[in-house]
Amino acid sequence: MSTEYTSSEMMTVTAARALENGMTCFVGIGLPSEAANLARLTHAPGVVLIYESGTLQTRPDVLPLSIGDGELCESALTTVSVPEMFRYWLQGGHVDVGFLGTAQIDRYCNLNTTLIGDYHDPKVRLPGGGGAPEIATNAGEVFITLKHSKRTFVKDVDFVTTLGFGRDGKGRDGVPNIGRGPTRVITDLCVMKPDPETRELVVVSLHPGVTREDVRDATGWEIRFAEALESTPEPSARELAVLRELKEKTNRKHAGDA
Amino acid sequence: MAEFLSLHDAVARYVEDGTTVCMEGFTHLIPFAAGHEVIRQGRRDLTLIRMTPDLVYDQLIGAGCVKKLIFSWGGNPGVGSLHRLRDAVEKGWPQRVEILEHSHAAMACAFEAGAAGLPLAVLRGYVGSDLPKVNDQIKFIECPFTGERLAAVPSIRPDVSLVHAQKADRQGNVLVEGIVGVQKEAVLAARRSIVTVEEIVDDLDVEPNACVLPGWAISAIAVAEKGAYPSYAHGYYDRDNRFYKEWDAIARDRDAFTAWLDDNVHNAGGQS
Repeated sequence: MSTEYTSSEMMTVTAARALENGMTCFVGIGLPSEAANLARLTHAPGVVLIYESGTLQTRPDVLPLSIGDGELCESALTTVSVPEMFRYWLQGGHVDVGFLGTAQIDRYCNLNTTLIGDYHDPKVRLPGGGGAPEIATNAGEVFITLKHSKRTFVKDVDFVTTLGFGRDGKGRDGVPNIGRGPTRVITDLCVMKPDPETRELVVVSLHPGVTREDVRDATGWEIRFAEALESTPEPSARELAVLRELKEKTNRKHAGDA
Repeated sequence: MAEFLSLHDAVARYVEDGTTVCMEGFTHLIPFAAGHEVIRQGRRDLTLIRMTPDLVYDQLIGAGCVKKLIFSWGGNPGVGSLHRLRDAVEKGWPQRVEILEHSHAAMACAFEAGAAGLPLAVLRGYVGSDLPKVNDQIKFIECPFTGERLAAVPSIRPDVSLVHAQKADRQGNVLVEGIVGVQKEAVLAARRSIVTVEEIVDDLDVEPNACVLPGWAISAIAVAEKGAYPSYAHGYYDRDNRFYKEWDAIARDRDAFTAWLDDNVHNAGGQS
């Protein structure tokens, strides 16, 4: 069956499929939150979603605009203080997956959400680290989702806000009590995973209709492709219906008339 | 013991030029009314502390109240940039603001350490991040028991903390409900504190484990109805997500911002 869908929908559905029932996921706002809730509303009703505002095991009806919308608290199992969230639940080792977005990512999965240009004379000042630096190191593993472009996929990030595998791919080697780090990156073009040896990102799956050329053109370094390059499965009609309904409800709510 | 004051008098008494001020509330219960009173009273050279500066600090920065900002995530949540913060950092308008940035985990720990009366907070943090290169307040220490390398940051000890809560009783005991953020820690870490509340009630009517700040741990209480708007007060009113989106256009332009500030803060009397 062929259903019409956009590349953004393809990205969200693919990101959602990365989550499994029973996983405990620390969710970043924006694209990760959209994907995590889609997973919960489709194939993974038992996925546990945690937001840094202290909301534990939350099941929002609409997507939150901010990380601390009332919706998250009202639909949570319980809400704890922010220090408790970061100390007991994240640092304490209760999070399987950190799901993050970013402004910039490099070949070793380092994330930059701090600034473009020089720190003391920034060209563009971005919001900063937030929860990401410790989510990325204290969660069991990290999924990353963002749109693919030459501006976002750069050879070396301007600033390492959040560790992927460091400037040389060895940033986690020998560090005690640290998570596995990024295990997959999901974009609107493809799915990438770090090479098990070098930690450099490799394309493992192309979305339907996307060519190697498309990915090369949108990546700021000589991106490599896996030998057994796969084709990402298309979204199902149900996934698309649930995602569209969720987004429609969310837009209505945030426009202030729901 | 908490003294009941008008918001004007509480700010006039406890928020002085050049002091270190913390206004907390993690997305929820952001003390906008108190922030606006600080702007109206024309405070200058403040060092502001807050995990997520949000619109309230964007407004204080644009109004020229701020010398230095200590924060961990400076965006308009779900919308984009804080344009007044960016204008101050990138272009120095209306004045240059010095920034000191952390991660959320470090700031949350630093608030907790401040409340606990400790000089520093220790966390398993900042591994591989460039933030320690640009913030000299981030150090690393060795655990004396295991040898593990851990991050250390100084505890947060504001001169005054301002928070908003749902209600206080007539003895000045305060109930905070919903997303409690770091409000309790912010109040206990500070030398002085002002708590604005939606209402004063005869009986707080709390469950045994509710987040209650005793009146004797607070300096002043002021009633500020809708004092967290356009953020929200759980059980009272919702976050105005539409306004958060509209703020993007208002704050993007210096003139639009100045006009907004005149209409909604400077000329908005004692309650905004």
